[in-house]
Amino acid sequence: MYAQMVRTDSDGVKSLDEMSPQERAFQERIDRGEKIEPKEWMPEAYRKTLVRQIGQHAHSEIVGQLPEGNWITRAPTLERKAILLAKVQDEAGHGLYLYCAAETLGVSRDELLDKLHSGKMKYSSIFNYPTLNWADIGAIGWLVDGAAIMNQVPLQRTSYGPYSRAMIRICKEESFHQRQGYDIMMKMARGTPAQKAMAQDALNRFWYPSLMMFGPSDKDSVHSAQSMAWKIKINTNDELRQKFVDQTVPQAEFIGLTIPDDKLAWNEEKGGYDFSEPDWSEFYEVIAGNGPCNRERLGARVKAWEDGAWFRDGLLAHARKKEGRRAAA
Amino acid sequence: MSHEWPLWEVFIRGQHGLNHRHVGSLHAPDAEMAIRHARDVYTRRNEGVSIWVVRSSDIAASSPSDKGPLFEPANSKIYRHPTFFKIPDEAGHM
Repeated sequence: MYAQMVRTDSDGVKSLDEMSPQERAFQERIDRGEKIEPKEWMPEAYRKTLVRQIGQHAHSEIVGQLPEGNWITRAPTLERKAILLAKVQDEAGHGLYLYCAAETLGVSRDELLDKLHSGKMKYSSIFNYPTLNWADIGAIGWLVDGAAIMNQVPLQRTSYGPYSRAMIRICKEESFHQRQGYDIMMKMARGTPAQKAMAQDALNRFWYPSLMMFGPSDKDSVHSAQSMAWKIKINTNDELRQKFVDQTVPQAEFIGLTIPDDKLAWNEEKGGYDFSEPDWSEFYEVIAGNGPCNRERLGARVKAWEDGAWFRDGLLAHARKKEGRRAAA
Repeated sequence: MSHEWPLWEVFIRGQHGLNHRHVGSLHAPDAEMAIRHARDVYTRRNEGVSIWVVRSSDIAASSPSDKGPLFEPANSKIYRHPTFFKIPDEAGHM
């Protein structure tokens, strides 16, 4: 998931009887499957939670460009380079759709960016891991975008109209991302023994961080119930993680790679795989800012923002000057 | 602290013969840059043959709380729909 551990400011889900008439009418609209649109009444906690969730999702798309951007100049062929450029450009686009959706809730773009840059808002833990070689680009598309799709497909039905519409656009484009990643892995897994070893190494390093993308286990996820009542979360973390594992294991087998988990086994009874949990202490360390690349990622974002300030200001000054001349004429 | 670029609403004509449709919004310093940004943000896969951009602050919108009184007059005029009139089959297709 691109948004993890989003706070809801609520102490549990109220029943319809405990709600004020306004809250109750709102909840009933959501229960009927109606979409909530920007200027309509909504509980303040719904609005704030959505700003956090959509904002975190947007930040993830933007910061997510950095690990892949690392390989644009080093892609093995011109075709792979062009494809990776297009993919990274899509991530920028996805970030922009989501920032616009968040802004309809009354928060400004600059406020959101300030909160990212000051560390008050998070982005997905996954982007704090390094991309050490070309196979990592394959692993990211296949696993990281694959995990993101798991989460984003159901979010197309989320209750907030602008968020739902952004998700629909994103999902249309995202499947290209996963397929290009798997295509890289397939190529490397069928290459020389050294290339295959690189692909296996990338899978080994990205497997557990990908499982962490869905967030902590349901039993430790305190905000899920309220978010699900509001339909801003559709499935639980564990449901999505299970679906992801079930989908990915056969894909790994098909290209002759091994999931780095001794306990992985098909469980006929539940119709899915049993698998090992990631190391959650590592997850909490990364979320707290102590992952392998947290400082580098945030540093790169802040530098880009600050170095671009003169340019943003220059364009605005030019636009105002032109406007002034037109008004005077 | 720099100033935020104004917000623009983006409308795309998907194919010749169709209306422009609202697809989203973006920030840009002026109309020309808004169109360039809209090309990159909203038409990376041939989604359009034409782009309109309008400053969000220039859009006047009906208020959600007026929805009832604003659209109510249409509810009672069911005779505006052709199915209101029963025409005998013998009269032929109409």
